[in-house]
Amino acid sequence: MNYITAFVIGGLICVIGQLLIDLTKLTPARILVLYVVAGVFLGLFGVYEPLVRYAGAGATVPLTGFGYALFGGVKEAVDKYGFLGVFTGGLTATAGGIAAAIVFGFLIALAFRPKEK
Amino acid sequence: MDKKTYSAMVKELSPSSPIFMDIVKAFFGGGAICLFGEILRNFYIMRGIDSKSALTWVAITLILIAQLFTGLGIYDKAAKHLGAGANVPITGFANAVVSPAMEYHTEGLILGLGAKLFTIAGPVIVYGTAASVLAGLLYYFKEVLMK
Repeated sequence: MNYITAFVIGGLICVIGQLLIDLTKLTPARILVLYVVAGVFLGLFGVYEPLVRYAGAGATVPLTGFGYALFGGVKEAVDKYGFLGVFTGGLTATAGGIAAAIVFGFLIALAFRPKEK
Repeated sequence: MDKKTYSAMVKELSPSSPIFMDIVKAFFGGGAICLFGEILRNFYIMRGIDSKSALTWVAITLILIAQLFTGLGIYDKAAKHLGAGANVPITGFANAVVSPAMEYHTEGLILGLGAKLFTIAGPVIVYGTAASVLAGLLYYFKEVLMK
């Protein structure tokens, strides 16, 4: 059972983001971009893979996991197709999440009005 | 002990310091979302889905729920308290994709809703893809050419 490690590791990754918001005044949008890019390179250096094995969704649900999936796709595609994989791997591996975010986002933005703030 | 040292000590030990509370909330909020993701992952694996596809299904499910909650006005209310605990998980990304699109729906379906879906998705995909191509080049030259 990975439930406790998923909770703790996922929580800690969010704490790092909170510290960045509080101490550096980075906006949430910048942190999302930073997390994705960090996830790609943590994947490249082989640091993120053990974390995913240890914490499961605790490592893949934070946006660093999206970066990790981008690199995982590139790696697999390079192993299979060679140089072409450098270009095709990332978006192929993350297509499910991207398409879901766009299509569900489209439908929900059509159906709902923003609430008064 | 003079007044200054004392007030510094109080400030340091006080649990109500805003950063301390922010961190506690981010930890429990983010942890709870990841725990829910792990429950979903085990559910999909139990249904016979392979472990890699299960992760994609977890992402798709969390995105749908987060965007639905955004439409209902629940996600932003929770995010006010949870801070990075709600922003950093993929649910925060999903929320950031749909929010501006809802907001700009009134400006039309193409340049309003359609364009604003990419306010956050745009930069995340641009920098993520660029980083993955750069990392892919490094991996290619290391793995393929060094052999």
